[in-house]
Amino acid sequence: MSDLLALLVALPLVGALLPLVLGARRPGLARATTAALLLGQVALALVVAALVAAGGPLSYVVGGLPAAVGIGLLVDRVSAAFVLLVAVAGAGLYLGARADATGPGDSLWLLLVAGLTGVCVTADVFNLYVFLEISGLAAYALVATRRTGTAALAALQYLLVGTVGATFYLLGVGYMYIATGTLAMAELRPALAAVGYGSPLVVAAFAFVVVGLGVKLALFPVHAWKPDAYAAAPADVAALLAALGSTVAGYALVRLTFDVFTVGFLAAVPAARIGLLAAGVAGVAAGGYLTLLQSDVRRLFAYSSILQFGLVLLGVGLATATAVLAALVLLVANALAKGGLYVATGTLARDGATTVAGYAGRARDRPAVAASVAVALTSLVGLPPTVGFAGKWLLALAAVEAGAWVVASVVLASTMVSLAYAGRVVERLYLGEGGDARVPPAATDGGADAGPGRRAVATVAVVAVALVALGLGSTLLVDWLAPVVEVWI
Amino acid sequence: MTDPLALLASHGAYVVYALLVGVGLFVLVDADSLVRKVVGLNLFQTGVFLLFVTSAFRADGRAPLLSEPGPYVNPLPHVLILTAIVVGVSVTAVALALAVRVYDEYGTLSESAIEEVGR
Repeated sequence: MSDLLALLVALPLVGALLPLVLGARRPGLARATTAALLLGQVALALVVAALVAAGGPLSYVVGGLPAAVGIGLLVDRVSAAFVLLVAVAGAGLYLGARADATGPGDSLWLLLVAGLTGVCVTADVFNLYVFLEISGLAAYALVATRRTGTAALAALQYLLVGTVGATFYLLGVGYMYIATGTLAMAELRPALAAVGYGSPLVVAAFAFVVVGLGVKLALFPVHAWKPDAYAAAPADVAALLAALGSTVAGYALVRLTFDVFTVGFLAAVPAARIGLLAAGVAGVAAGGYLTLLQSDVRRLFAYSSILQFGLVLLGVGLATATAVLAALVLLVANALAKGGLYVATGTLARDGATTVAGYAGRARDRPAVAASVAVALTSLVGLPPTVGFAGKWLLALAAVEAGAWVVASVVLASTMVSLAYAGRVVERLYLGEGGDARVPPAATDGGADAGPGRRAVATVAVVAVALVALGLGSTLLVDWLAPVVEVWI
Repeated sequence: MTDPLALLASHGAYVVYALLVGVGLFVLVDADSLVRKVVGLNLFQTGVFLLFVTSAFRADGRAPLLSEPGPYVNPLPHVLILTAIVVGVSVTAVALALAVRVYDEYGTLSESAIEEVGR
């Protein structure tokens, strides 16, 4: 049954050829094929998750080589959750929000899903670099699918920064390999301990890995690519990237920190923990401050992501079981909320509203979208009964348990700042005057957009329901993740 | 402290690695032309590739052909870097394609000029 793990990556990767080939002649068939492949991926992810639930972690070595030299794949409860998140978001956003689907664009969509799934299932640090670059290249090209100069420029900046990040990660892999002579995560764990956590090679490897993944996470001060890319990309692409791009890099950071370097390393090298916490505080502070300055809603939500990933980093830096669970829950919560919010910005942008001021009074014309945006923002702020509350509660709890009062106060301050930007958007939506002064949708778009418009509204509503459902069932999510985290710590 | 020249002779590859990474990152940050930034990125990546390849070195090592007597150099880093070079070529190709589109749109590759025009 563990062959399924290879299929998780192979299905979207090989399937990505089909829409490209079919797109020119049979666009309808290409779209149907892409949808079928993405739904197949969801089914596969569900089967894998069920197998993991029943029989523990699954592993697979490509080509049957010994794990030390071969490329291993491994799915435990944590990776299964993220594989499922990638599959569901990939399929849900394709079916619910994809507009202007083209053959090549759909191929890139599948490649992005394949790359991100690969990052989640791989048990080999070099293989992770390759999957990081596959997903990265697909993301750069997807951002550039809107045929404007702004999109091309944003995609190029994203590419330059993203590749520097991936290459820093590769440099870290190089240092790990030089220190230990292996690339398999399971072999690296004891090998790094044997080399000694204080060894400059090991410390440098950790620093490069964190810097590399930090660029992909858009941590302050390497965050500028994110608002540019998300604002320039088409709404469906922005939703997919905001939901999954940095989330999976966050997963990789958690996996490498706790499954490869282990808490023993963090305990032996206090500078590493302090660095993580400082980067988290900087991310929360910079992201929070910059959200307050934004007028474009897409940029505002991108800065909100920078704040959220700062919180995730605080969870990683605290390095207790509760804190790591908080980081994972926050990753899932942010992914869901941001996917929904960017679909909503797409819907409202079709009505001509892209700025906070332009959102004034939109709740009157778009009650469902406005209500869902309010729910998603509630989750980002961290108020019950949403899943964001569960994440933030766990993080605050972990900070208090660890006696880290600075971290605890930063978490509380982040809630205040989030309330300020979320409140501004919700206040405009519901109480703002000027619902009548809106720019009417361009006549040429009217007919073509009626379908995606309705689907998008449904998608946003589903996301809002999911955020509340996961919030009410957050103990189930925590119980699902906890066994793996407790082994790490 | 050992003689710097002797250090250069024995660890020359590491010095070149550090230079390539440093120069590459500097060009990437400093250059105004988008194509030069791509060149800087390539230099940076090449430096990292060199580090990997250097790590495969051993004194008197031969190509790892099992029909020949040892000792062999480590083939794994070479294989990894072949993969990484392919990744690097793909990234460069996408970057240059995007640069062409930027040029078509703005008529310049200079970042400061594009910013003046306004996005």
